[in-house]
Amino acid sequence: MNATISRLALQSLFGQKRWWVLIALPLLQIGLAVLVRVLSGGETGGAFEPVLVVFGLGLVLPLVALLVTTGVLGPEIDDGSIVYLLSKPISRYVVALSKLLVAVVVTVVLGAGSLVVAGLILEPSEPGQALAVGIGAAVAGTAYCAAFVMLSAISRHGMVVGLIYVLVFEGLLASWLAGLRYLSVSAFGRRIAGSLDSALEPIAGNLPLGYAWIASLVVLAAGCYVAGRRLSRFQLRGDE
Amino acid sequence: MSVLELANTSRWYGNVVAVNDVSMRIGPGVTGLLGPNGAGKTTLIAMMSGFLAPSAGTVTLDGDPVWANVSIYRSIGLVPEREASFGYLSGRQFVRANAELHKLSAPGAATDRALDIVEMAEPADRLISTYSKGMRQRIKLAAALVHDPSVLLLDEPFNGVDPRQRMHLMELLTRMGGEGRTVLFSSHILEEVEQIARHIEVVVSGRHAASGDFGAIRRLMTDRPNVYLVRSSDDRRLATVLMGADSVSGVQLEPRGGVQVQVTDFGAFALALPRLAQEHRISLREVTPTDESLESVFAYLVSA
Repeated sequence: MNATISRLALQSLFGQKRWWVLIALPLLQIGLAVLVRVLSGGETGGAFEPVLVVFGLGLVLPLVALLVTTGVLGPEIDDGSIVYLLSKPISRYVVALSKLLVAVVVTVVLGAGSLVVAGLILEPSEPGQALAVGIGAAVAGTAYCAAFVMLSAISRHGMVVGLIYVLVFEGLLASWLAGLRYLSVSAFGRRIAGSLDSALEPIAGNLPLGYAWIASLVVLAAGCYVAGRRLSRFQLRGDE
Repeated sequence: MSVLELANTSRWYGNVVAVNDVSMRIGPGVTGLLGPNGAGKTTLIAMMSGFLAPSAGTVTLDGDPVWANVSIYRSIGLVPEREASFGYLSGRQFVRANAELHKLSAPGAATDRALDIVEMAEPADRLISTYSKGMRQRIKLAAALVHDPSVLLLDEPFNGVDPRQRMHLMELLTRMGGEGRTVLFSSHILEEVEQIARHIEVVVSGRHAASGDFGAIRRLMTDRPNVYLVRSSDDRRLATVLMGADSVSGVQLEPRGGVQVQVTDFGAFALALPRLAQEHRISLREVTPTDESLESVFAYLVSA
């Protein structure tokens, strides 16, 4: 890991006007929890799953991961200014991992963090439940970052492909075709969250728990490899 | 003392050949890489700086291949043409980050030294996004110099830089070359290259067209056959007279008036034309070189 690369990645995420887009979704998540609690007068029993699992784990978390990951690696590669980081005697894998680490940390803090806060607002008496969702979201968020790094290495339109994965593949197809849950990061997160608190069992699905953990790790390892390889093969092309 | 060497280096993208079998040896001192836009200069610099794999041939720095070899960056400083998109950093932060990435033992001192060299110490605490083009160019140079590299590669460093800052940059590069560094910069403007480069490499359409000291290149460029359009009080008589001069190889009357003159020896023609005109009482109204564009100069160099 290289601290300077990570610091620059953080500065690029929050040093520009983009930062408010990054925090808008987590704020929306927390705002929704507050709204539900206020409107339901404290009777929030049925709202936990739609607000936290469907909206939070299923939408807010992957979108935050997508914005953060593409923001950390994408623009500098697209405009070529990554040569300033790569023209240094540092392994390209270290550069990639340092950037990916920032994406993961920011995603976990903003994405999983906002889910924990929203969970505590909805069910203040069940902190274990919110924490379980938070841990599931942290694992899923990490895997999402790695997955999106791979997608943007494969396609020039990584952002669009990532959106299609989240909205169409996970949001639509995986809910109809049960077999696709083996390829759904969101399903890994739900399974892990469900294993940590008995009240969350209904959301867990029937994915094997070991599979959810191992698949998340495999995605992470593959993401690290692909990102490092992409930077070590990076070619500067002239405008000509 | 470092030597960059290209040996039969080619680079193609699919069917398009960007660099075609180029061999050159870049040693200490300032070398200008001259060529029209689209000649392959950026591709060459990308290959020299390890950011592009040659499709054929080799690029080596003191014998070590530069592609996929990050250790070369200890001795290479690269100033890409592209803007650094680090507008949210101050100049000092940007240069310092470069110093840290080189793992220098005293990054702060190295940053101050580099900022002093490019005379950017005073505005260094402003954000890069507020800099003028020339200041950005200088801060990029400071970032490339921060680890005191023996090789400096600059892609079109004078593009869009105002004349005063251009002078300053030129002095800097001259000084770097004088210190024994290997400095290579690309440009499509002959006058720029001529002012500071002792050695010039010319590339046209991906081919290595000429190589030598600036005097030799200049002579190649001025000694080529030229075409002039001359308007006078009596075009037909002038054409007759000019055809008799040794320095002229052909004349043609232009339908819209004027004589097109093909000249083999520019110097002799410049002396002969006014003398002949005076002798025959023809008044000259206009003398225009018709193919002075850089492209025609380059085209000549390629065919030579």
